[in-house]
Amino acid sequence: MLSPAILIPAILNGLMTGAVYALVALGLTLIYGVLHIINFAHGALLTAAMFAAFFANRWLGLDPYVAAVFITPLFFALGYALQRFVIGPAAHGEDRNILLVTLGLAVVIENALLYCFRADTRTIDVPYGFDTVQVGPAFLAVPRVVAFVAVIAVTVVLWLIMRLSDTGKAIRAVAKEKLGAELAGIDVAHVYAVTFGLGTACLAVAACLLIPSYYVNPTAGNAFVLIAFTVVVLGGMGSVAGALIGGLFVGVVESLSGLWLGESLGQIGIFVMFILVLLLRPSGLFGERA
Amino acid sequence: MTAQTKSLLPILVAVALLAAVPLVTASNVVLNFLVVALLIALVGQGWNLLGGYGGQYSFGHAAFFGTGAYVVAILQVRYGLNAWPAFALGILAGAAVGGVIGALAFRSGLRGSYFALVTLAFAEVLRIVASVAPVTGAGVGTLIKLDLRWQALQFQSRVPFYYVILVLVALSLVLIHVVERSRFGAWLVAVRENEDAAAALGVDATLVKIGAMTLSAAITAAGGCFYAQYYLFIDAGIAYGPWISIEALLAPIVGGVGTVLGPLLGALVVKSLGEATKLVAGDAPGLDLVIYGSVLVLVVAFAPRGIAGLLTDLLRLRRRTRRAEAPAEAGRA
Amino acid sequence: MPEPLLRVDRVAKRFGGLLAVDQASFEAPAGRITALIGPNGAGKTTLFAIIAGFLRPTDGRVVYDGADITGLPPHRLARRGIARTFQIVQPFAGLTVRENIAVGAHLHHASRAEALAAAAAVARAVDLDGQLDKPAAALTVAGRKRLELARALAIEPRLLLLDEVLAGLNPSEVRDMLPVIRAIVARGVTIVMIEHVMQAVMSLAEHVFVLAEGRVIAAGAPREIAADPKVVEAYLGHGAAKRMSGGHGVSAPSPLVGEGRGGGSS
Repeated sequence: MLSPAILIPAILNGLMTGAVYALVALGLTLIYGVLHIINFAHGALLTAAMFAAFFANRWLGLDPYVAAVFITPLFFALGYALQRFVIGPAAHGEDRNILLVTLGLAVVIENALLYCFRADTRTIDVPYGFDTVQVGPAFLAVPRVVAFVAVIAVTVVLWLIMRLSDTGKAIRAVAKEKLGAELAGIDVAHVYAVTFGLGTACLAVAACLLIPSYYVNPTAGNAFVLIAFTVVVLGGMGSVAGALIGGLFVGVVESLSGLWLGESLGQIGIFVMFILVLLLRPSGLFGERA
Repeated sequence: MTAQTKSLLPILVAVALLAAVPLVTASNVVLNFLVVALLIALVGQGWNLLGGYGGQYSFGHAAFFGTGAYVVAILQVRYGLNAWPAFALGILAGAAVGGVIGALAFRSGLRGSYFALVTLAFAEVLRIVASVAPVTGAGVGTLIKLDLRWQALQFQSRVPFYYVILVLVALSLVLIHVVERSRFGAWLVAVRENEDAAAALGVDATLVKIGAMTLSAAITAAGGCFYAQYYLFIDAGIAYGPWISIEALLAPIVGGVGTVLGPLLGALVVKSLGEATKLVAGDAPGLDLVIYGSVLVLVVAFAPRGIAGLLTDLLRLRRRTRRAEAPAEAGRA
Repeated sequence: MPEPLLRVDRVAKRFGGLLAVDQASFEAPAGRITALIGPNGAGKTTLFAIIAGFLRPTDGRVVYDGADITGLPPHRLARRGIARTFQIVQPFAGLTVRENIAVGAHLHHASRAEALAAAAAVARAVDLDGQLDKPAAALTVAGRKRLELARALAIEPRLLLLDEVLAGLNPSEVRDMLPVIRAIVARGVTIVMIEHVMQAVMSLAEHVFVLAEGRVIAAGAPREIAADPKVVEAYLGHGAAKRMSGGHGVSAPSPLVGEGRGGGSS
């Protein structure tokens, strides 16, 4: 059971799955780090993005990696609009209201998808869907390798945006000290919306990376988002490094425990880990004090 | 009239009106609608105690609903226990689950979004466990045997069911009314408004919150027990699914959080909306929840104190305009 | 000498790299008013938070009525008779004045009717009885300060910690509060107050401790403290005491207290 021929593929697969978890978690942690809200609509938005990628392929014949070029800005705009025109105004600044509004949005989006497209599970066919590439003793599925590389790339891009661009600096300023940023002339509502948009854009990329090897149905996003929540809570709310490292870590743990425990127990395991981290250290290993 | 009696009056009026319905109509459609609405009112009242009065928003009240439902069902189906004691035990089981989750969450100091997250997680864990555990029938669910006698808490006609749920709702209304006027209630509201200030006044905030959660869970569990007896079938998705967690919070928020009659008002409105939607757009799955989600966002945005809040604002407006008119009249006289 | 009601014994509090309170010790004799003064950032509110159970000290202990209460949570201390007001007033915004005070009264009165009656009585003692049914959010600053005081009194404390209860009040409002505070002491309650309004400290306190940079730098009667050069320096900066006395020849009035005039709040 512990031979390298079995362990190495399991670990590599875990890393690749973990990369996608990390990307989803990245969006979540970004939104929390700046807006200080837990986006309960994250799962539904991921599902919507997956449907978008699916239909781009089904109706427009677009390869998911190509579709990403269009879907990502689309979802950025969607996220921007949601925060600017729905969540921000509706919540009147109160924490409790933000909870309810994002929950309401989640319910609307998920059930709108259910109503329009029914509960069927669908998949797409891409020519490289079953190709593999050999790394040592492991045969790794091409879509998943692509996903891993893409996530690293996106993380680097995001990091560069945060560090070097004016928008990134504005975002960091608002995250650190909202009042001060406002006094310095930064349009906080705009920055909030941009951050939310970046979060949903991450979901769009994640969706396009997932769809070649995964299925889509109205609740598909939830499974990922739950894991993303676990990653964020584990790695620390608001910590980008935590999201990346946490995501990879969770991916590997899931893969290894799948070797011994099987599927559904694995799901419960993640929830239990999530609950335990919440109860014991909600600010996570890298995160700000709760 | 003392202040106490004055406020019991709305409850009595509401219950009396509802009690009169079966005397006025024999329509199964109306009765079924009201039974479901009252069920949601009961479940929502449980949420209201913790969320409205206590200020702790739970996104996982399904945990208590489902526990009540499963305990009632399993005790009858697998252990041959009579429905009535099973019902009582279902409520106790729900309360126990509430106490445990509350103790874990509140002693860890979880508040706000983190608290909502952890309640969500607990409900999901229970759902997954119920969907695979043999005792709950796993994916197939649990079916209570049809036994149309009052001894088995089952009835041929809907009317007795209607009165059972009405009695439960009435009890919950009175319970909340009593809590509102008790020391526990005053402490609970203080904790909601400002936990530190309450602690400085001698309130053991953690204990108060756990107590509220336990009581809240018991009320919601009663709803679950009733559901099991009314529909005679439950599975993991019904018992512990997000649908009931959402309806549990939607009714009080629409009707008015932190008020006695809020959940009842809200449940009637929400369920009416659901029925109206079905009439207009058919019975496709998901549409009713789309409406509910939208209502939630709209209420939070435009009427955060719910219907009860709107009514009080309206009354205050009328009183103010009347007072403004009165001096003018006096001047003329 | 009888044992003081409150004894703070070499309490220290470190936040990461910042030493907010550094071996601070002071005593509050029973039935008297003790003042804790010092420039902003000196650590006074942190010290209060430690005494009242909201923070655990990194070192040292707090002894109340002969018992070590270090680290006990606020609600337990309240039950033992320690009450505190908050520097930034924290009314229960959604409740009326009466209901606010009743929350405190409920500590010793389980019945709602009794608690509400006790609340009315306390309100009368602080001159709030005209506003009992107003929502707390509608009170003026002065009213909120009184409400803060009333709530704390409602738990029938033996030790009352007042954190800048006069801050934000104009001179006439300050003048109106002084007899209220004296009346509380007259009923046997021990008061420890953090205050910046010097005229109040001078006229109310019998013992004064001065905190600067987390350390107690002076202790004594109000007049002595006002003239203490160390204290002047703590407020006005290094060398200030010398400059003050040098510039005027004969000993100048203490810069901390205007002679015959109100000292104004900082």
